[in-house]
Amino acid sequence: MKGIPISALLGMTITALFFLAAIFAPLIAPYGMSEIIGDVWEPASEAHWLGTDNLGRDLLTRMIYGGRTTIFVASAATLLAFTLGSVLGFMAAVYGGWVDQIMARLNDLVMSIPTLIFALVVLSVMPVTLPILILVMGLLDSTRVFRLSRAVAVDINVMDFVEAARLRGEGQRWIIFREILPNALSPLVAELGLRFIFAILFISTLSFLGLGVQPPMADWGGIVKENREGIVYGIPAALMPAVAIVTLSISVNLVADWALNRTTSLKGGRGG
Amino acid sequence: MHPVLKLVIQRLALGCLLLFAATVLIFAGTEILPGDVAQTILGQGATEQALANLRATLGMDQPAVVRYFQWLGNALQGDFGTALTSRQDIATSIGRRLGNTLFLASVAAIIAVPLAIFLGLLAVRYRDRWPDKLISGITLASISLPEFLLGYVLMYVFAVQLGWFPSVSNINDSMSFWQKLNAVALPAMVLTLVVLAHMMRMTRAAILNVMQSAYIETAELKGLRRFTIIARHAMPNSIAPIVNVVMLNLAYLVVGVVVIEVVFVYPGMGQYLVDHVSKRDVPVVQACGLIFASVYIGLNLLADIISILANPRLRHPR
Repeated sequence: MKGIPISALLGMTITALFFLAAIFAPLIAPYGMSEIIGDVWEPASEAHWLGTDNLGRDLLTRMIYGGRTTIFVASAATLLAFTLGSVLGFMAAVYGGWVDQIMARLNDLVMSIPTLIFALVVLSVMPVTLPILILVMGLLDSTRVFRLSRAVAVDINVMDFVEAARLRGEGQRWIIFREILPNALSPLVAELGLRFIFAILFISTLSFLGLGVQPPMADWGGIVKENREGIVYGIPAALMPAVAIVTLSISVNLVADWALNRTTSLKGGRGG
Repeated sequence: MHPVLKLVIQRLALGCLLLFAATVLIFAGTEILPGDVAQTILGQGATEQALANLRATLGMDQPAVVRYFQWLGNALQGDFGTALTSRQDIATSIGRRLGNTLFLASVAAIIAVPLAIFLGLLAVRYRDRWPDKLISGITLASISLPEFLLGYVLMYVFAVQLGWFPSVSNINDSMSFWQKLNAVALPAMVLTLVVLAHMMRMTRAAILNVMQSAYIETAELKGLRRFTIIARHAMPNSIAPIVNVVMLNLAYLVVGVVVIEVVFVYPGMGQYLVDHVSKRDVPVVQACGLIFASVYIGLNLLADIISILANPRLRHPR
C-alpha cells in the first residue's frame, strides 16, 4: 500500500463503499425495494433521508437497490467486454497477417456505427432482459477494448523476451497469456476503470430511455425516468442518481489515473 | 494525378464501402437475431393467422437477402416505407424532424467549437495554474455525468429555480427564429457542455504537443507575448488534430442529440427513434439508424479528408 497517492486511496475507498453497498443492499436498505411507505414525493425527513419517490417508495432504498442493479450490469458487461476484447486483441496481434486484418476491419466496421444507435437498433427486436442487456453492452464495448489491447500487444509482440519464448518453442497460447498479458495488464487496468464508468453511464441512459432495466426493478437511470415529472415542480428526486453517478465515476477515475500514471512512469524507467 | 486528390478519392471510396457495410450491419441487427419481429409486435397471445398476416405485410416470408436489397434500394430513393404503428410515411415524418435535430445540433456546434478552442488556448496559456485546473475540473465533472442527467440538472437550475428558459423545448414552424433559439437554449447548452470537455482537452493536448518544438523556444526568446506565441505560432501547426477532434465531436453530437431530445421533449429524430424502439417499430428504427449512422460516418470521413488537406507535406509534394 506504500506510495499510493491520497487521491487514489480516496477513490478506492469510495469505490469499495459503492460495491459493498451494492452487495449488501438487502441488509442496509431501510425498507423493501418496492414497498410503498408514504406519500408521493415526500421531502427528506428523519424516517426517509432522501424523501420518497413518485409512488411513495423510500428513495434511499431505491437508490441502494438501484446502485446494485446498475453496478452489477455495468460490471458484468465490462468483464465480458474485457475478456472478449483483450483475448481477441492479443490474438490479432500475435497471429498477424490476414487474421489480424479481418478482425481489425470488422472491428472498425462495428465501431463506425455509434454505440447507442446500434444498441437501440438491436434492442428494438430483442426482449429487454438483464442477460441480453449485458450481452449487447459487453459485445459493443469489446470493440473498444479490442482496439486498445491489439495496439498494446503489437508493441509487446516485437520485444526480445517474446522472441526468446518463441525460439524456446512456446505455443501461441503461452505467448498470449504468459508473455503478453502480464505486460499489457497496466494499461488495460486503467482502461478498465474508464470502460466501467462508460458502462454505468450507458446502462443508465438505456434505462432512462425505457430500454434498459425494466420496472419494478430499481436502477439509477430508471429512478430518473420515474421521477422526471417532479423536476418541473421543483422536486429534486430525479437528481439523486446524478450525485451517485458523479461520486462513483470520479472515484473510479482517480484510481484509473493513478494506474495510468504508474504505467507511464514504468515506461519512463525502461529508458525513454 | 495530384497525390492529395488520389488520397481523398481513396478515402471517399473507403467511406462508401464502410457505409454500405454499415447498412448490412443495421439490417442484420434487426433481422438475424433470434427475436421474431412479428411475435414481438403482436405479443405472446397472437393467433397463427395474425402472425402470418403480419409477416406477409412485413415481407418476412421472403429471404433476408432479397429483403435487404429491396430495403436498401428503396432507402436510396428516399423511400423508407410506412411505420408499422402509425401507418404514416416514414420519409415525411423524418424530413420534418431531421430539420429540427440539425437546428439543435448546429446551435450547439456554433457555440461549442469556438468556445472549446478558446478555452483550450487559455488552458495552455495558464498551464498548471488555476485557470487550467478549473477548466479541467469542470470538464471532468461534465463527462462524469450521462447527458440526460446533465440535462435534468440544468433544467432544474435554469428552468425551474431561475425560470430563465422553458423546461420543455417545444418547437414549430410558426415560431420566429429567436423564439426557436430560446426554446433550444437549454438542450443546446447541455450538448455544448457534453462535447466541450473532450474538444477542449484535445485542443490543449494538441497545442502542448507543438509547444515542445524548438521554434516555439525561438519565439519565446524573441520576447513575444505568451498568448501570441500560442495563437500565432503553435496553433497553425496543431490545426489538423484540432479539426479532427472537432469533427469527431460533431459526430458525437449527432448521437448525444438522441438522449437530449427525449429529456426536453424536443420533436426531433432522436425522440422519433426512441419512441419507435419501445414500440418495436422495426422499419422506423432501421431508417433512423441508417440516417444516424450515415451522418456519423460522413462526419468521420470529413474529419479524415480535412486532416489530409491540412497537412502541408501532402499538399506540396516534392
